[in-house]
Amino acid sequence: MEETFKTIKTDVLVIGAGGAGMRASIAVKEAGLDVVMVTKSLLGKAHTVMAEGGIAAALGNVDPQDNWKVHYGDIIEEGVYISNWKMAEICAKEAPDRVFELESYGALFDRTPDGRILQRAFGAHTYRRLCHVGDRTGLEIIKTLEDQILHRDVKFYDEMYITKIVVKNGKACGAIGIKMNTGEFHYFQSKSVIVATGGCGRVYKVTSNSWESTGDGLGLAYEAGAVLKDMEMIQFHPTGMVYPPGVKGLLITEAVRGEGGILLNSKGERYMLRYSPQKKELDARDVVARANYREIQEGRGTEHGGVYLDITSKGADYIKHKLPSMYMQFMEFAGVDITKEKMEVAPTVHYQMGGIRVEPETGQSSLEGLFAAGEVASGLHGANRLGGNSLADILVFGRRAGIGAAEYSKTAKETDVDTKLLETEIKRIKGFLRKDGKNPYELIDRLTTAMSDHVGIVRTKDEIEKAIKIIEELKKEYKDVGTLGSFKYNHGLLGCLELGNMLIATEAISRAALMREESRGAHTRVDFPKKDKNWLKNIEINKADSGMKFNVVPVEEMPAEYKQYAKPEEY
Amino acid sequence: MTDINLKIYRFNPDEETVGKFVDYKVPYVDGMVVLDAVRYVQEKIDPTLAIRWNCKAAKCGSCSAEINNRPSLMCKTRVDSIGNNISVAPMGAYPNIKDLVTDVSANWSILKKIPPFTPKPGMEKPWRIHPADVERSKEFKRCIECFLCQDVCHVMREHNTKYFGPRHMVKAASLDMHPLDALDRSEFLDNEGGIGYCNITKCCQDVCPEHIHITDNAIIQEKERAADLKYDPIAMIIKRRKGRKEKVVK
Repeated sequence: MEETFKTIKTDVLVIGAGGAGMRASIAVKEAGLDVVMVTKSLLGKAHTVMAEGGIAAALGNVDPQDNWKVHYGDIIEEGVYISNWKMAEICAKEAPDRVFELESYGALFDRTPDGRILQRAFGAHTYRRLCHVGDRTGLEIIKTLEDQILHRDVKFYDEMYITKIVVKNGKACGAIGIKMNTGEFHYFQSKSVIVATGGCGRVYKVTSNSWESTGDGLGLAYEAGAVLKDMEMIQFHPTGMVYPPGVKGLLITEAVRGEGGILLNSKGERYMLRYSPQKKELDARDVVARANYREIQEGRGTEHGGVYLDITSKGADYIKHKLPSMYMQFMEFAGVDITKEKMEVAPTVHYQMGGIRVEPETGQSSLEGLFAAGEVASGLHGANRLGGNSLADILVFGRRAGIGAAEYSKTAKETDVDTKLLETEIKRIKGFLRKDGKNPYELIDRLTTAMSDHVGIVRTKDEIEKAIKIIEELKKEYKDVGTLGSFKYNHGLLGCLELGNMLIATEAISRAALMREESRGAHTRVDFPKKDKNWLKNIEINKADSGMKFNVVPVEEMPAEYKQYAKPEEY
Repeated sequence: MTDINLKIYRFNPDEETVGKFVDYKVPYVDGMVVLDAVRYVQEKIDPTLAIRWNCKAAKCGSCSAEINNRPSLMCKTRVDSIGNNISVAPMGAYPNIKDLVTDVSANWSILKKIPPFTPKPGMEKPWRIHPADVERSKEFKRCIECFLCQDVCHVMREHNTKYFGPRHMVKAASLDMHPLDALDRSEFLDNEGGIGYCNITKCCQDVCPEHIHITDNAIIQEKERAADLKYDPIAMIIKRRKGRKEKVVK
């Protein structure tokens, strides 16, 4: 073989170094096994850093009536009854432990006057539940975990782009990747693999997601043979920035509404009183996002195609203290002083509820040896995620996947380096380095535009079919993409590789969205505006010889005693 | 505003010994930031251009560069704030990997050396902390590790010393200011971290995108505590009697 490569041996390979990947790595290390963590970006830069409002955990510090059962009920109701009940239970029960654990690692949460962890209100949480660090909770979590990774001597390779998961005898046992700063290929030989690569928000044109959220883990797991589910469930956050164009989609934390911000249309009407008289601005994200969307569609939007979010009544001192980075963001990017002026906002793609199907307790996927946690995994959030539950998710299930993979690896057998597979993979990637290749960014632009235009916040059969047609065209054109340059720090090459994963993610989203002929949670079909009892189901997807295969499976029923924690579903 | 005259530093250490600035014309869009202009080049003109970016929201600290010679975040520098003649170069204090991307991995080794959070023994859980005590370390916890302070620091750039650099003084200060932390890292910073090399020119706090008062609130405080412990026997006795934090033994 012409290209040189390095071989790295370990018990558990963790792909991704956001909250889930780091917490999983810590768990493997605690179990006494060898772990290697790899990440596409630099250590400490993962998308977790963008989380703002807080982490949901029923501590009951501010509202003593709160407990795990109420949190559980909120997850089930807002997931519109297609969440995995066991995952909801685990999350609600274990989130408080993960918060206290973070504190023991050195994280410093905002406090109540008597010194306990302060909790703020958030959309559709029954009680004030979000433990927070101003509006920079994600930064605090990622820096705290980064400290643990460094001081526990977890071996990590950053700016390592994984291109393939190695599967032998029906078991995941390693991965192949390119180290971006040297251009060198790496073969990771492991007994198990944890995928913790985050979401795929970047398959849409307007998104709050980081550069790296291109659905890589979805593509890797799908190609390896794992089952995906709930892919049609894409969360639109109600409040993204709309102006200037360069920051379109950038997130404005729900904490603005949690701290008392109200939504107004261009007529000055507080329209949430119409859409949701009880919960108003703090209803679930899908409800508020659709309300914002409708106001804009019906001509009551602002100059730049948004609605107004107003927090000025709280006064400058309070805003600067509680929402410092929002104040900075608007001041520096838009020249707007949010203590005096209203913000212009519109829905933005924020989160994928679907992803790799996992066992609730261990994070094991349908493929032996392959585990998943965090946004790339599915089940907890069902049809709609509550704010603050993703930070709970990554820690609770990151830890569980780490323990699960460690347990599995204790008895799993090591496999040899498959040089033939490696050769084929290097050849495939080398194929993208060519003079006459189509610019991957041009194709990505067409793909993301199609998704935003046709599989957006409200969907119809005709529109979704338009997207599928474009995806099919792009799949054909994908054979011709390429770029100049070498393997070393070549963004054009990364674009080619990411596009492959983005095509898998978008096809899964669109085809599942077409199948689900009802409106539930984040999935709204104008042609099927009602929720349908026959769709109390999950759509599962796996790779077959003929292409993507879809299976509709009933939601696992929760035990009778758990039913009392959530309101019964109404049709 | 008319088109942007953008000069980007191009360099591939594998193929050449020196880099050079290459000129690009980029159309101006209202409100755009320098990262938008650089990405325009990458997406439309030359996809092999190496840049490092991630959140594009000034929250992750990936896209550090020297814009018109000033260390800045590309995602946070608005084009209309600096005019349409713009040069973008990589951080000069770090080895170049390719084009605008530098090797900042030395920072992980330094972070490993700084003694981690060490809770005071015997505290009852769940911990209680007064809200005012949380505030003290908050400023330092805003650090997004963009390493621009390291880049601008003349001690880091021009002198081969053992100085850890401003970022790491902030890190140590954030731990020392933690209300439940049992250690005092000032002496360690003096002995191991070379804090004495900082001569308080305050360049670091001038470029900090998070507006942390690095010199005033972190470095000077740590320097003074180290000096107190080392040179002032009376203060030392008083502090010990008051039950001062234990020293770090290294």
